[in-house]
Amino acid sequence: MDYGFTTAAYVVAAVLFILSLGGLSGQESAKRAVWYGIVGMALAVAATLYGPGAGNWLISLVMIAVGGAIGWVVAQRVQMTEMPQLVAAMHSLVGLAAVFIGFNTHIELVRVAGMDEAARALLDGFAATVAHKSGVEISILRVETFLGIFIGAVTFTGSVIAYGKLAGKVDGKAKKLPGGHLLNAAAAVISLVMLVIYLQTGSSLAMIAMTVAALFIGYHLIMGIGGADMPVVVSMLNSYSGWAAAAIGFSLSNDLLIVVGALVGSSGAILSYIMCKAMNRSFISVILGGFGGTTGPAMEVVGEQIAIDTEGVAAALNDADSIIIIPGYGMAVAQAQQSVSELTRKLRAKGKTVRFAIHPVAGRLPGHMNVLLAEAKVPYDIVLEMDEINEDFPSTDVAIVIGSNDIVNPAAQEDPNSPIAGMPVLECWKAKQVFVSKRGQGTGYSGIENPLFYKENTRMFYGDAKKSLDALLPLID
Amino acid sequence: MKIGALTEVFPGENRVAMTPDSATQLAKLGHSACIQSGAGMKAGFSDALYTAAGVTVLPTAAEVIAASDVIVKVRGPEAAELSTLAEGQTLISFFWPAQNPELLEAAAKKNLTVVAMDMVPRISRAQKMDALSSMANIAGYRAVIEAGNNFGRFFTGQVTAAGKVPPAKVLIVGAGVAGLAAIGTSVSLGAIVHAFDVRPEVAEQIESMGANFVFLEFEATQDGAATGGYAAPSSPEFREKQLAKFRELAPEMDIVITTALIPGRPAPKLWTEDMVKLMKPGSVIVDLAAERGGNCDLTVPDQKIVTDNGVTIVGYTDFPSRMAAQSSTLYSTNIRHMLTDLTPKKDGVILHNMEDDVIRGATVAHVGAVTYPPPPPKIAAIAAAKPKEKVKELTPEERRANEVAAFKAQTRNQVGLLVVGGGLMLLAGLYAPASFMSHFIVFVLSVFVGFQVIWNVSHSLHTPLMAVTNAISSIIILGALMQIGSGNWLVVILAALSVFMAGINIFGGFMVTRRMLAMFQKS
Repeated sequence: MDYGFTTAAYVVAAVLFILSLGGLSGQESAKRAVWYGIVGMALAVAATLYGPGAGNWLISLVMIAVGGAIGWVVAQRVQMTEMPQLVAAMHSLVGLAAVFIGFNTHIELVRVAGMDEAARALLDGFAATVAHKSGVEISILRVETFLGIFIGAVTFTGSVIAYGKLAGKVDGKAKKLPGGHLLNAAAAVISLVMLVIYLQTGSSLAMIAMTVAALFIGYHLIMGIGGADMPVVVSMLNSYSGWAAAAIGFSLSNDLLIVVGALVGSSGAILSYIMCKAMNRSFISVILGGFGGTTGPAMEVVGEQIAIDTEGVAAALNDADSIIIIPGYGMAVAQAQQSVSELTRKLRAKGKTVRFAIHPVAGRLPGHMNVLLAEAKVPYDIVLEMDEINEDFPSTDVAIVIGSNDIVNPAAQEDPNSPIAGMPVLECWKAKQVFVSKRGQGTGYSGIENPLFYKENTRMFYGDAKKSLDALLPLID
Repeated sequence: MKIGALTEVFPGENRVAMTPDSATQLAKLGHSACIQSGAGMKAGFSDALYTAAGVTVLPTAAEVIAASDVIVKVRGPEAAELSTLAEGQTLISFFWPAQNPELLEAAAKKNLTVVAMDMVPRISRAQKMDALSSMANIAGYRAVIEAGNNFGRFFTGQVTAAGKVPPAKVLIVGAGVAGLAAIGTSVSLGAIVHAFDVRPEVAEQIESMGANFVFLEFEATQDGAATGGYAAPSSPEFREKQLAKFRELAPEMDIVITTALIPGRPAPKLWTEDMVKLMKPGSVIVDLAAERGGNCDLTVPDQKIVTDNGVTIVGYTDFPSRMAAQSSTLYSTNIRHMLTDLTPKKDGVILHNMEDDVIRGATVAHVGAVTYPPPPPKIAAIAAAKPKEKVKELTPEERRANEVAAFKAQTRNQVGLLVVGGGLMLLAGLYAPASFMSHFIVFVLSVFVGFQVIWNVSHSLHTPLMAVTNAISSIIILGALMQIGSGNWLVVILAALSVFMAGINIFGGFMVTRRMLAMFQKS
């Protein structure tokens, strides 16, 4: 009876979760979709508390309440520019929880194995399910638990490092210990050996050794990946946290965990794929860290960077009819989104067409720029993706590049030897005039020279993005 | 230093090399300025305006020359004028050193430094002093205005109560600066504009101005572009093709504006007598190349003629001078930019840096020596045009074949994946117990559903997607809740901690998603 009710509640919750993700296909339906997710979660938790196996209600409820309160406060306070860090931090929590739950399963296994028939009959809850398993089922359970802990541990340290890098607490450059990927491979081999040992003996020591190896892999893997690849890393960790949940679901024979874990896992996988495609790099090369080697000398850049002052930009904007703004990570760093929004409002009030072009990997998180612009109250219907707007550049009077570099680098199309050759880029140089707001001369994250800055129709608008835009605002009339 | 501007002596020249505005800017560089009385009169700048701008107005040319270190002019000096200049003075004006070797020799003998505005190299940095371009721009504009003046109809098509008026059809030959300016002007007046150029790479520029590029079917069209953005002479076969095309267009065109020039050569004859005969009465031809002999056979330099069949041919050579106020403003700004480069410290001291590409290029005589022609600039003016890869036009059959092939490949891939996946699944089913398989099926189906659903998520919502998946991946709390009732204290503690962390995630994740989504607003 109880079991049937719980399963029914799980089915409803699973449907709600699917609807919740599906609803994100549009901005309006998304607002409703998030409620489906909340209701689904509440239903699932309530059904589990009510269902078989749960005990210690008081502790559960207190823990949920305390954790929830912290989560609530953090969510209220977080700045939109800090979203990447927050997401990474949350992944680490899921990873750690997966490790703990995996360990619990292991402890229960050991405990149950040590009992005699009479004691087993008295068990209830999860221990009872474990007790009723056959030999093969126990082996499978061990593999599942092992996998859950492994993925969880990788997710945990990986996310902690990703958080550190995004929050600026760990150096964002790609760093590896001597030995590089051999160390990772060695740790993976150790884990595999431990799996075999664990399957044979069920030894706790093997389990702990594997956990340490997995924690190291997570740490070292993400340390070796640089700042600009963060969108891929974050979505990859997102995917891992899902797979960890799915593996735990298998070990606990809980279908809802499996369903949700699979949903989250595939979502993260797709996001990683989209990001990789946007950078024209394979998933493997991102994981292995650093940009791939060039195939020849880079094309010589001819010309010079010509600077322009605020008055010049203002005059061009006042004359222009159509304007496209291309924001990048630099806008987030300078916290310039409010100024950008104000500029957009003023220009639109004068009847000019102002649109935003967003490259899939702009920022440090998939969709990062969209969220920042939304926060600054830029209406979402003028914020377009690369494919929607790339063909409009030739008919645009002014393109403004704010704090982005590689995603507007014409070398990707013009120079077959460039490290980013073939990467889809925003073709802003086709606009009649391009202004690049940049802190100073010098290359972007990737260290690749950007021929855009030397083009004849490009003018460099040096200075902190926020300060330059604030100086520009009064001149727009 | 003292900068002095002279009155132009060439008959009909209305421009002046210094305006009150440019004088004010020169003062900022530390220079003082003087001007011959009445020099700006024909361009609309009275002596009083100059005085108000702080310029000393001197009555005669001799006094200006005596008072200044640098003389600025529009037209190059006549021989007589040159002889009145003082030894060691600097002259900035048009000079055409290739056409005036004797004059150049004389200038060098007098130890003059001559900066020829027509020799400014065509590189990005020097655009602000490129007087040829600013004059060509004016000429192109004025050509359309002259054409309109002599054309008896509207440019734009209109449907009025008194009947329908067709739009004028304009052909622009040569899409350099003047040609593009003419295109822009005629398009904005509402005409239907066609434009032709031997350099196929300017097609994009022509179309960006709103004109149709007259496309010529010819194999080796690529030879049309020479260095520095000018056209090179074309082969006889190409020329024949080109003329045939013009002959075809001639009867339709109401206005023809020709701007074709090849550096250092007489203007190519592109609009032959028979084409003029083919044109409708009342049509207008404006020949901007008249000074170099004209692109049209019948052009008479400096005159407007009407042919027997009623076609007006305008052969004026002084278009910029006809808009003296505008051209003086632009020209004096070009001069001022040149002086800015010559005064790097802005302290009124001219430093003639012969290492600078732009200054070196424009200087044709310096410290007693002729310095023309200059060495080639260190940086190429315009990157050599790369041969464009031709994308082969596919026939409909080929396209269909491609589509079918792509579809087949896709089907093969899909079927292959299904077979392999299904096989693996069956293999697992053979060995795994039923309890595992039932969960496994749920897993596979969920992955499948996940892939289908996530592909539809809008790109702009990827951050909320991550936050929400984050929140729902805290479903892992269920596992902890199932274990928390265990009899083992360690299990209880670990489970409690997991519940705690998942709790943070659930509330934090959903809250922050809601916050983000609430921000997305439609305009």
